Amino acid sequence: MILSNTETVPGRTILEFYGVVTGSTVRAKHIGRDIMAGFKNIVGGELKGYTELLVEARQEAIQRMVAQAHSMGANAVINVRFTTSSVAQGAAELFAYGTAVKVQ
Amino acid sequence: MPTEALIQLLIPLLLLVGAYFIGTELERRHYRSLRAREHASRRFLTVTFPYEPPDQDPVDVMMVTGSVVVSVDYFKRFLAGLRMLVGGRVTSYETLLDRARREAIMRMKDEAKRKGFTAVINVRLETSRIASSSGNNKGTAAIEILAFGTGVKLRPRATAA
Repeated sequence: MILSNTETVPGRTILEFYGVVTGSTVRAKHIGRDIMAGFKNIVGGELKGYTELLVEARQEAIQRMVAQAHSMGANAVINVRFTTSSVAQGAAELFAYGTAVKVQ
Repeated sequence: MPTEALIQLLIPLLLLVGAYFIGTELERRHYRSLRAREHASRRFLTVTFPYEPPDQDPVDVMMVTGSVVVSVDYFKRFLAGLRMLVGGRVTSYETLLDRARREAIMRMKDEAKRKGFTAVINVRLETSRIASSSGNNKGTAAIEILAFGTGVKLRPRATAA
């Protein structure tokens, strides 16, 4: 499965469009991580625990989107976008969407 | 209790001073490392539009991402609090976000290199606030910077004359 955030897949021709595919996941912060982040918050800088958490979560959102594209018979998702929103205190939704297509 | 009051005043003050020195030193180090890495990878094609070099063929395409979650330190929050009284630039937050963005871009480039791509096209940056959404001061205020783009592996076009 090819993913790209451009309007075409560079070097390939689009044969068919299958419409919008989406994938999302809602993650809550781990309490232990939150405590560590609280300490880290005193000196500032990167919160590695959160970075990992979100990378992992985004990967899952992408996987769900890819699975949906796969079930449609697509072999690429183009113009992929991401959004992140806090749905509740301490929980964030990571959302990925794009257009499923079949390319050469 | 005068001693109790003194301790209550001293602890935030110590935190403030400690956080200032540690935070400043970390920032200086981060900037130094960023400059070095940015210089080392300046020839790696990274553009913010869907560029396709006319003389090269993309042979492999895949999306790459890089992200950083940062928070504001104790001292910076205090500075920003003071700044809120008069308004104007909050320099301490500016450098934090600047660092985070550049770091996210570097991570994206690193991922692209690791996967064997020779360029990243159509780079986009996104900023989102991920914690403490209720607006109270409890909990950690964190900001995520995400850089993403399409990694491409370019190969010089075989000119069929």
